[in-house]
Amino acid sequence: MQLIVRQGRVVDPTQKLNKIVDIGIEDGRVAEVASRIRKRGRKEIDARGLVVCPGFIDMHVHLREPGREDSETIESGTSAAARGGFTGVACMPNTNPVNDSEAVTAFILERARNASRIAVYPIGAITKGSQGETLAEIGEMHRTGIVAISDDGRPVQNSQVMRRAMEYSCIFGLPVIDHCEDRELAAGGCMHEGYYSTLLGLRGINPAAEEVHVVRDCVLARQTGAQLHIAHISTRESLAAVARAKKEGVRVTCEVTPHHLLLTDAQVTSYDTNMKMNPPLRSKEDVDALVQGLCTGVIDALATDHAPHNINDKMLEFDRAPFGVVGLETAVSLILDRFVRPGLIGLERLVELFSTNPARILRLERGTLAPGSWADLTVLDCERQSEVRSAEFLSRSRNTPFEGWKLKGGPAITIVKGRVAWSG
Amino acid sequence: MASLNQKDLLGIEQLTVEEIQLILDTADALRQVADRPVKKVPALRGKTVINLFFEASTRTRSSFELAEKRLSADILNFAVSTSSVSKGETLVDTARNLESMAPDIIVVRHSSAGAPHLLSRVCRSSIVNAGDGMHEHPTQALLDALTIREVKGRLGDLKIAIIGDISHSRVARSDTLLFHKMGAKVWVCGPPTLIPWDYGKLGARITNHIEEALEGADVVMMLRVQHERQNEAFVPSTREYYNFYGLTRERMRLAKRDTIVMHPGPMNRGVEIDSDVADAPYSVILDQVANGIATRMAVLYLLSGNAGLKPRKQSR
Repeated sequence: MQLIVRQGRVVDPTQKLNKIVDIGIEDGRVAEVASRIRKRGRKEIDARGLVVCPGFIDMHVHLREPGREDSETIESGTSAAARGGFTGVACMPNTNPVNDSEAVTAFILERARNASRIAVYPIGAITKGSQGETLAEIGEMHRTGIVAISDDGRPVQNSQVMRRAMEYSCIFGLPVIDHCEDRELAAGGCMHEGYYSTLLGLRGINPAAEEVHVVRDCVLARQTGAQLHIAHISTRESLAAVARAKKEGVRVTCEVTPHHLLLTDAQVTSYDTNMKMNPPLRSKEDVDALVQGLCTGVIDALATDHAPHNINDKMLEFDRAPFGVVGLETAVSLILDRFVRPGLIGLERLVELFSTNPARILRLERGTLAPGSWADLTVLDCERQSEVRSAEFLSRSRNTPFEGWKLKGGPAITIVKGRVAWSG
Repeated sequence: MASLNQKDLLGIEQLTVEEIQLILDTADALRQVADRPVKKVPALRGKTVINLFFEASTRTRSSFELAEKRLSADILNFAVSTSSVSKGETLVDTARNLESMAPDIIVVRHSSAGAPHLLSRVCRSSIVNAGDGMHEHPTQALLDALTIREVKGRLGDLKIAIIGDISHSRVARSDTLLFHKMGAKVWVCGPPTLIPWDYGKLGARITNHIEEALEGADVVMMLRVQHERQNEAFVPSTREYYNFYGLTRERMRLAKRDTIVMHPGPMNRGVEIDSDVADAPYSVILDQVANGIATRMAVLYLLSGNAGLKPRKQSR
């Protein structure tokens, strides 16, 4: 056999598996899952004391290539992802040029083939140039390999265009991912509108800017039958709207980021631009609702919204600095330390959020270790101690809000199609 | 004389009641410099102060400049039009360049909230916030307090009504924080479109009706309402604004008999305030200007020698 991962605790909700077994891999696929595999592997990994999961997929990252290679490249971003325990990432189309055509999709896939040890799943733009006016050539991009469509970062304001996009997405069965934001309501704000924006004299982003688009999208998804995915959900009302829509049978899912689960708008008080992202850090009440949604199941996936920005771009006045923080190299450790270790969620739920559900939402042949499936594995060490040090990141950017956090538990080995992509 | 044990003056938020009292007492003592035949003391001789103004300002900049001159400081005025900022230089780079000239104090005004805080982190010099975006304007609040104290003898227990565009006003925030810290009963008043969320938590009662704000007020602080606000749907028109929030002589009858009227300027006569109120005997608007110089002298004097201290953390 190509590789045998021995005696790890395998957690795979798709097989209702949570026990210590061997996994045998041949030709990049899982060949055998058994309590003890008698054959020898050409390579063997001793996973005693470790947790073996179907490969984690970050369904929301910005790799910045083409266009902003000073902040991140497909090579550096996927290296960071592998180090963070991810076997695959879905990259947003707001590059320069925007991924709104077959040519750009093909370029990204080609670069990924040459420079990445993990899987890269491109997301195509909804509209040409993400200008929100005319539909991009979604079918051609689908033919070339996009897994979803989104105008993340420049969300579609015109509801008629959104309706058409949802209708059109049904031809190809492509999920529509929306960064929900009514630009007029957001009114050029740079942090959550509330007590702290008042105290700091910073222009606030009304939480309703997100909520009205979440509601709009749910209504349109019900009408069109499209598959809708809400990116980086961040408020209590948004979550309630998604929960209602789900109950009514709308095909809607949502993701949350670690920073929206772990930080509040109170953290902005030092005007630290590493606390500036969109959607912004929310109030304590919102964060409490998100944590509850994570534990009870309304939230489907964890995603980082990894948004690398060069230090020069972030060393600015708070209102002038760009939105976004990096997340690939901290997400798994943060969730293990702050949610799994205190028992808020179990390992099965962790795997659902990072692997099973992202794979299901994006319709990838991933998220399971059932024999015959691709051998993408994320191996975790729940005892490993680490401290977030941005200077050690493999990402080209350092804009983390978690600098100096001491965390217990983290990724140990990342395996893609039976090959070790990273090991710590 | 005692000094402020902090590197910068970034906002009222970071000041304790004792520190505010110290600044006001010092300003009281320095006020008489203006009455001397030679309006100068040697307190800042040999010290360099840079006035770094990224926003157009006449009165605040002049007030600081005069304060610095009366303290015998060496002054460098660095205005945005003549700087390299227009050539794309970042704030941090500008500050580092100025730092190389070894100033003791940098007075900064900037349209971005938090810009002085960013400078404080990269500069050894003391930073004095002369107004940052919609955030704070601490020396204005201090001079307002000095003016009130001069007339009323105290700040505690006074009903102080702040009326106008609260949302876009850094003066409103600094005033509210300061008056509240000193024990005054602060009321803010304006249409809901011009009052930010949770403003009450800064230490103020909120009303949308000017009559309620004026009722029994010891001090009435009027704030400017910019004409642009009507284009942004904050108010329907300046005329309607005047009809509901303008300070008229008739409305002034609701306030206490010995009330005073203040305005940080520049005034819009006929929009937020009537001429016969602005020019009435109870108006202390010009005293505010005179007190501005003494207050800024006090702040500069109390901070001189504090360059290089560790920046104080935000209190919240």
